[in-house]
Amino acid sequence: MNKLIIWYGELITNQKLLKRGLFFLVPGMLWLILFLVLPGLILVLVSFAGRGDYGNLVWEFSVENYTRLMGYGLFGWTLDYVYILLRSVWVALVTTGLSVVLSYPLCFYIAKKPLRTRYLWLTVVIIPFWTNMVIRAYAWFLILAPELPFAKLAAFLKLIPPGAPLYPSALAVYLGMISMFLPFVALPLFSSVERLDWTLVEAAQDLYASNFRIFMHAILPQTLPGLSVGIILTIVPAMGMFVVPDLLGGAKYMLVGNLIQQQFGASRDYAFGAAISMALMILTLFSLYMYKRKSKGIDLI
Amino acid sequence: MDGLSLQGINKTFGKVHAVRDVSKDIHSGEFFTLLGPSGCGKTTLLRMIAGLELQDSGRIILDGKDITGLPAIKRHINTVFQSYALFPHLNIFDNVAFGLRSRKVPGAEVNQRVKDTLDMLELGEMTKRFPHQLSGGQSQRVALARALVNEPKVLLLDEPMSALDAKLRAQVQIELRRLQQKLGQTFILVTHDQDEALIVSDRIAVMKAGQIVQYGTPAEVYDFPKNKFVAEFLGSANLIEGNYKDGLFHTPIGIFELEKPPPWEKGLIAIRPEWIRISDTEPVKNGLRATVTEIIYRGTNLDISLTPGPIRLRTSTYSRIKIGDELWLDLAPKEIAVLNE
Repeated sequence: MNKLIIWYGELITNQKLLKRGLFFLVPGMLWLILFLVLPGLILVLVSFAGRGDYGNLVWEFSVENYTRLMGYGLFGWTLDYVYILLRSVWVALVTTGLSVVLSYPLCFYIAKKPLRTRYLWLTVVIIPFWTNMVIRAYAWFLILAPELPFAKLAAFLKLIPPGAPLYPSALAVYLGMISMFLPFVALPLFSSVERLDWTLVEAAQDLYASNFRIFMHAILPQTLPGLSVGIILTIVPAMGMFVVPDLLGGAKYMLVGNLIQQQFGASRDYAFGAAISMALMILTLFSLYMYKRKSKGIDLI
Repeated sequence: MDGLSLQGINKTFGKVHAVRDVSKDIHSGEFFTLLGPSGCGKTTLLRMIAGLELQDSGRIILDGKDITGLPAIKRHINTVFQSYALFPHLNIFDNVAFGLRSRKVPGAEVNQRVKDTLDMLELGEMTKRFPHQLSGGQSQRVALARALVNEPKVLLLDEPMSALDAKLRAQVQIELRRLQQKLGQTFILVTHDQDEALIVSDRIAVMKAGQIVQYGTPAEVYDFPKNKFVAEFLGSANLIEGNYKDGLFHTPIGIFELEKPPPWEKGLIAIRPEWIRISDTEPVKNGLRATVTEIIYRGTNLDISLTPGPIRLRTSTYSRIKIGDELWLDLAPKEIAVLNE
């Protein structure tokens, strides 16, 4: 242990190296244990507890929270909760998919700009990042307000009653979600697009490839690292998003994030909230697992 | 007409006139080389033939058909890129099959043609490997196979040897020459390596500043350089300036006889270092008494610099020459190339 070694040019003993490593590692580990691992375990425990009459936790083991989530309740069997869970997955998938579809042309457009203005364009994409989520959601209230052309057009097409705003609605939720998550996809994707080796595109052209083949073989494989990061950064938080659907969807388009928030808020049913959280976590991990299986060999992060 | 015909091709990038009014007929089955220093427009010209760059003016005719307006995917021309541009996510077989599959050739035929091409280039063992598992030489052959499997009317090679080390390059050059002769296909090579051009080509076009400055077989271009640029770019040359009068060429280092009178009164002659012979006694004509100032040992030969001049000559390593020796140099009239420009 006390033998001298050279560690990247530094003369040191193994013992000292170990001490130094622990010194740097321990604070982070403690933080994670205290604020991630322990609360996580508590959440698991709470999800098997029950609700007292005044919203207090009752420590008796039951799987009732889970059966309730599956739809078995006081008034028979309904799929309401399962439906909300599935809808959350669906919204996350659609948000991610549309963000990807919108990001590709956006990234190519910016990457083809001269270096002088390229970062200006990127800044425009990033600005939403710097703006508070709630403020952005309220901004959509203004845009979708009944006095503005969008709502008027929808009313004219008889999609909504005249004088009504375009929110709360599924459309408003998607608008809010996509505007929120677009930078999460666009920025990592841009870093890949910027470094794209265009010779491969030329090679594909030279080898008679159709536009679809060019995208599949010359562009997609090269941009996959950035795309992959963007998808993960979007799909995971999008599944648990509650501010945007709460403000823009309300009761009309409830997602699992709102459901959880409700349990810990108005309903004061911590145990049931914990069970839904567990279900969301399992769904998220399952999605990532499926993603990893479908995209063999591509690192998730 | 069979073959590729370039007619008055021009291309500018901003203020740079990359290719100026190039017209050339490249015969079917010919190994044609565009040789020139970087930035001379040779790659631009190649890319215009491939359809990856659009000329400002001029026409490209392939086998009598005007292909000027056709994009790359509609031209029966394939390219070996300088970086090879293999698709990293496809294995060797799929890379080579790419062009055939793009054109929806039936599966069985794809398999057969890819297999035949891979066997021809001795790549049959590595069909399942991926590009990152290949050496430089193997990647180059895969790139060649990927282009050749389409049986292009013209194969374009954009500096395909630049990533190979010197020894492998020498070997690949000869293999490439043999392959082209066996297939009898038209190859157009772009290179800045004069040895490579001399080894592989049927004909060479030497390019400078967007123009073809000399054109001919390797021997013609090497033995009879037309101008200073070609004389210096291909091999090395002693360039001597002087005046031609009374049937003799008068220079600061002596008076020489030429085989035939030059078309000018004042101009340049070129003598290749390896054409100069050392003599113990004064030669009958065109002798030059010179003193050795520098000797460079190159393994296969000695490069010797002498005054006056300085004159450079190349001789075998057997010669016992020391710095300061006085020698007679034989600059025989038939070894002197007269530069026209």
